[in-house]
Amino acid sequence: MANQSLNLLRRSASTDTPPVTGGQTIEVAKLIDVSKCIGCKACQSACLEWNNLREEVGVNVGVYDNPHDLTPNSWTLMRFAEWDNPDTGNFEWLIRKDGCMHCQDPGCLKACPAPGAIVQYTNGIVDFVHENCIGCAYCVKGCPFNIPRISKVDHKAYKCSLCSDRVAVGQGPACAKACPTAAIMFGTKEDMKKQAEKRIVDLKSRGYANAGLYDPAGVGGTHVMYVLHHNDKPEIYAGLPHEPKISPLVAAWKGTGKVLALGALAFAALGAFFHHTVVGPNKVSEHDEENAAELAEEGKSSKTEARPV
Amino acid sequence: MTNSWADIGWTDLAIIMGGNAAEAHPCGFKWVVEAKANRGAKLIVVDPRYTRSASVADFYCPIRPGTDIAFLGGVINYLLSNDKIQHDYVKNYTNAAYLVNPAYGFSDGLFTGYDEAKRDYDKSSWDYQVGEDGFAKLDDTLQDPNCVFQLMKKHFAIYTPEMVERICGSPKDKFLKVAEMIASCSTPTKTMTSMYALGWTQHSKGSQNIRAMAMVQLLLGNIGVRGGGMNALRGHSNIQGLTDLGLMSNLIPGYLTLPTEKEPDFNAYMSSRGFKPLRPGQMSYWQNYKKFFVSFQKSMWGEAATAENNWAYDYLPKLDVTYDMLRVFDLMVQGKMTGYFCQGFNPLMTLSNRGKLTEGLSKLKWLVTMDPLDTETSRFWENHGEFNDVKTGDIQTEVFQLPTSCFAEDEGSLVNSGRWLQWHYPGQEPPGEAKLDTWIMAQIGQKLKALYQKEGGAFPDPILNLTWNYADPNNPTPQELAKEMNGSALADQMDPKDATKVVVEKGKQLSGFAQLKDDGSTQAFCWIYTGCWTEAGNQMARRDKEDGGTGLAPKWAWSWPANRRILYNRASSDVAGKPWDDSRKLVYWAGDKWAGIDVPDYGAAFKPEQTVGPFIMNPEGVARLFTRKMMRDGPFPTHYEPFEAPVANAVAPKIRGNPAARIFKGDFAALGSSDKYPYVATSYRLTEHFHQWTKHVWVNAVLQPEFFVEISEELAKEKGITKGGWVRVWSNRGSVKAKAVVTKRIKPLMVDGKPTHIVGIPQHWGFMGAAKKGMNPNSLTPFVGDANIETPEYKAFLVNIEAIASGPVA
Repeated sequence: MANQSLNLLRRSASTDTPPVTGGQTIEVAKLIDVSKCIGCKACQSACLEWNNLREEVGVNVGVYDNPHDLTPNSWTLMRFAEWDNPDTGNFEWLIRKDGCMHCQDPGCLKACPAPGAIVQYTNGIVDFVHENCIGCAYCVKGCPFNIPRISKVDHKAYKCSLCSDRVAVGQGPACAKACPTAAIMFGTKEDMKKQAEKRIVDLKSRGYANAGLYDPAGVGGTHVMYVLHHNDKPEIYAGLPHEPKISPLVAAWKGTGKVLALGALAFAALGAFFHHTVVGPNKVSEHDEENAAELAEEGKSSKTEARPV
Repeated sequence: MTNSWADIGWTDLAIIMGGNAAEAHPCGFKWVVEAKANRGAKLIVVDPRYTRSASVADFYCPIRPGTDIAFLGGVINYLLSNDKIQHDYVKNYTNAAYLVNPAYGFSDGLFTGYDEAKRDYDKSSWDYQVGEDGFAKLDDTLQDPNCVFQLMKKHFAIYTPEMVERICGSPKDKFLKVAEMIASCSTPTKTMTSMYALGWTQHSKGSQNIRAMAMVQLLLGNIGVRGGGMNALRGHSNIQGLTDLGLMSNLIPGYLTLPTEKEPDFNAYMSSRGFKPLRPGQMSYWQNYKKFFVSFQKSMWGEAATAENNWAYDYLPKLDVTYDMLRVFDLMVQGKMTGYFCQGFNPLMTLSNRGKLTEGLSKLKWLVTMDPLDTETSRFWENHGEFNDVKTGDIQTEVFQLPTSCFAEDEGSLVNSGRWLQWHYPGQEPPGEAKLDTWIMAQIGQKLKALYQKEGGAFPDPILNLTWNYADPNNPTPQELAKEMNGSALADQMDPKDATKVVVEKGKQLSGFAQLKDDGSTQAFCWIYTGCWTEAGNQMARRDKEDGGTGLAPKWAWSWPANRRILYNRASSDVAGKPWDDSRKLVYWAGDKWAGIDVPDYGAAFKPEQTVGPFIMNPEGVARLFTRKMMRDGPFPTHYEPFEAPVANAVAPKIRGNPAARIFKGDFAALGSSDKYPYVATSYRLTEHFHQWTKHVWVNAVLQPEFFVEISEELAKEKGITKGGWVRVWSNRGSVKAKAVVTKRIKPLMVDGKPTHIVGIPQHWGFMGAAKKGMNPNSLTPFVGDANIETPEYKAFLVNIEAIASGPVA
C-alpha cells in the first residue's frame, strides 16, 4: 500500500472541521479470515512487541485464551470457542481474533465527551489520542463490541490502533505482518471485500453454505472484517454481536447534547451517572498508586528498545 | 522431507497424522493453507485430540494414541481390496513383484526368527530369492504367493474397518471416509502429501509408523512427485542439520555409520556396505560408499590418513552398543558414566522418567552444560520445592555452566525440514560472557591436544593428527567450517574422458559429490553437502526467489543432495519417461536427455529403456514395500500396543509392546498396568511455546503462562474435575500437578468395546524462566524407545488422574 496521510474525518466532542493536510486517502481494512486462522497467537505477540505493551504473566483458567480478556495492555486476543455443529454432528473449534473493529460509525467516538480524545481518520481508522483522554469510560459504553479498556494505572482508555503509525508509512498492521497463514490481511477495503468473496466461494464449495463476510451495517460497516464459515450465527464465535448497533443510551445522550446544549450542571450530573454506571466510583486506590510508581520507575530505567520492522 | 515446504502448496490432499503442523509448525503450515485456497486441496487430520490443525481441516478423525499402524494397515488393506493403487507405479517402482524367501513368515504377531530371550530376530529369512546371476527374482504378474505384493495383501488383510475401529477407537464411518479420501489420490493426476512429526517418531514402533505411511504413498504413486512425498516436519530449525552431520552415537556425517566391534578392520567394515545392484543396470548409489568414507577420513586426518593405514580406520571408535540417550542415562544410574557434556540439550525436562534422570545426574562427578539459557538441567541440583524436590546437600556433582550464543547471534547455515541449507547472519553479539559453541569447542580441543602432546597416553594419534587448518586455531570461522564440509581436491582431478585435462585443480573446492574419490585425492567432511560451497562461492547464501511459480526455488539457498528439491524425482514420470501429470511436470525424458525443473536423480543420459530405477540409493533401484532385513522389528509394519496400553493387543494378545524394542530391566519393572492407570496419556507441544526455550521469554509466557493437562468433559465429570481446577496426574514412575483444561476437543473413544479416556499433557514448563513454574510429562513417561532408533515413547502411556485442592508449593 502507498503511504497514508492521516487526515482526520472526525474527532470526538467537537464540531470543528478537521483540516485536510494531504492528498486523497482511501479506506483501508483488515480482513480476518477465521477459516484460515489456526489460533497461534502470533498476532497477539506482534501486537505486544510492536506497541511495547507489558502484559502480566497470568494463570491458566481451564482454556487456551490468555490473557483471559482484552486489557489496557492486550489490544487483541484469540478467543477460542468450542461448538458442536447441530447440522453435521461435527465438533468445530472456532478461533476468532478479537479487537477493535474500527467502525465506520464509531460508537466510542460518539460517546466520548473529551474533545479530540477519539479521532477517526479518513482512511477509516479509529484512534485514541491519550493526552486528550479523561478516562471517563463512555467509550466502553459506546462500543457495541466491548473493546476499550480503562487503565487502572493512568485512567486512560486503550484499544487497537490498527497500527495507525505503521499504516501512515505504508506498512500493514503488526498482527497482519506476523500472521503465518495470511489469515489476517490488510489493504483497501474494496480489495479486502474482493478477497473475502473468493474465500466465501471456496468455503461454500466445502459445505459451509452460510459462509460470509462480517461487515455489519448497524455501525456503518467496519474496517476490521471477518470471513466466517457461519456468518448466519456470528454469536457462536465467542459472542460476536449478531447485529451490532450503538447503544440507544449513547444516541440519546449525544442527540440531547448536540441539540439542547446542556448546561454545565446537567452535564456533570449526567456525566457522573454515566461514569458511575460504567466504571464505578472514580477513586485512586493504593494499588493504583503503587502501579503508577512502579511504571514510572520502569520508565526511567528501561532503555529505548529497537522496534521490529 | 522427500519434498520441501513450498511444495506442499502443490498437493491435492494433505494428511496430518502423527503431527500437528498448525500447532507446531505454524509458518510451514501456510503451504497447506495455500494449497487449500489456490488448488482447492483438502486437509485430513487424524489425531487423538481435535487440534489447531483440525480446526482448519476438511475432515477430522480421532484415533487412540499408539495405534497408527492399525489405522494405516486398515488404509493399506482398503487400497488393496478396493484396487485403489497406481498399478504402473507399484509394478515398476516398488518391489511388489520381488519374490521373498519361502522361509519368511508371520504368525501370532511375530515374524520368523524371533528369540524371546534376546528380544531380537534372526532376520535371515527376511530377504529376496536370489538367482544364480546374483539378481533378485521377480514375478511381474504379482501372482506368486511369495511375491511381496501377495505377502503384503495377506499381512494387512486383518486390518478391516471393524478391526481399525476396535483397536484405534476411530469410528468406522470416519475411518472409511479417510480411506476413501486417500484412495482418491491413486490416480496419476492426484497426489497426497504426508506431514508428520514427533507424533509418529515418539513410539516404541515409531519407525514402522512412518514406514506404514510410506507404503501407502508408494501404493498411490505419490513419492517423487510434486505435492506428494513423506514429509517429516523437523522439530527444530536445525535438527535436520544435526542428523545430516551424524550427531548420533552410531553415525558419521552424511549417514555413514561408525564401525562396530564386529568390524575390527577396514575390509570387514566395507564388506557390509557399498551394496552391489540387486537388479541389472541399477545405480545402487551406496556402491560409492568408499569414496564418501575415504574423503571423510581425509577431511578428519589429512596426510595421516593413507592407503597403507586404511585411511586411518583405526582412529575411529568401534561401537559395542549404540549410546542413545536412554542408554547414556541408564549408564549414569549404574555409575558407569561419570562425566557428561550437555550441549544445547535440556534432558531433565525432556527425556523420559525424570526421577531416573535426576538420579543419573546426581551420580555424575561432573556435568558441563552449554546453552544460551539457564536450563533446568544446569540447575538439577537446586531445590525448587515440589517443582524440583532434591536434597542439594546430597548431590556432589560438579556443574560447569557455559553460556553460549543463540541462533540469532551467530553466522552459519541452518538446514530446514526440506533439506535446504540456508545461510544466515548474526543479528547481534552474544550477551555477557556467552561465547560461540565453536569457540568453546576449539578451546577444549586445543587444550586436549596440548595435554596429549605433553603426556602421550595410550593412543594419542587421533587427537594429535586431527586436521585443524583454521586461520585462528582458537576460533574456526563458519566459512572455514562450511568449506571443509563441502570438500576440496587434494590433488589435481583429471577428466575421466581426457587424462590431460584438469577438472578441479589441487586445493580448489569440489562442485559435487560425483567428484569424490576413494584414492585419497579428495576430502569432504559431509559428502551430501558437497556442492554447498564451491569455487562459485557460498551456494547456501543464494537469495534468488525466482522459480516461475513452481515452488522449487532452485536458486534460493542450496539443498542436499546436489541441489535436488524433490528426492526420487525420476518417479514423477512413467517408465517411458512421460510425466504422470502434465500439469505437474517435474523430471521427464526429453528425447535425448532427462529434463525438467528439478535436478534429475541420475545422469541425464540414461535412456528410459535402460530401466534404471528411480530409487537410486537401493540396490534394487525400486522402493521397498517389504524392507528385507533393514528394520529390527520386521519387514512389514504390524500393530503392537504401546508398552503401557489400556487393552491387550487385539491381533496378538500375548505380546506386550513391540517385541523387538530394547527395554532395560528396571524400566520394564517400572511399567504400569491399566488396572491402576486406566487412562491413556499423550504428550505434545503448543504453538505459544518452543520446547522449554520460550518460557524464558516474557511475551510467550503471557500467551501460555501455566502448565495444564487436557481432558474431556466426560472424564472431568466422572472424576469431579472442574475447568481451571487443580489435578494430580500420576504414572507408575512419577506424578505431576497441573491446571485442568476441560474440553470438547478430546472425546472418550470406544476401544475394544470399552470407553477409553485420553489425558493430553503439553511439555513446555519447568522451574526456570519467565512463565509460571510447572512440571512436565517427562516425569511420567516410560523409559523405552523405538526398536530401531530408540526415540522414547512419549506419545502413549498410562496414567491416573484426580482433582486436588491446590497446586504445587515452590
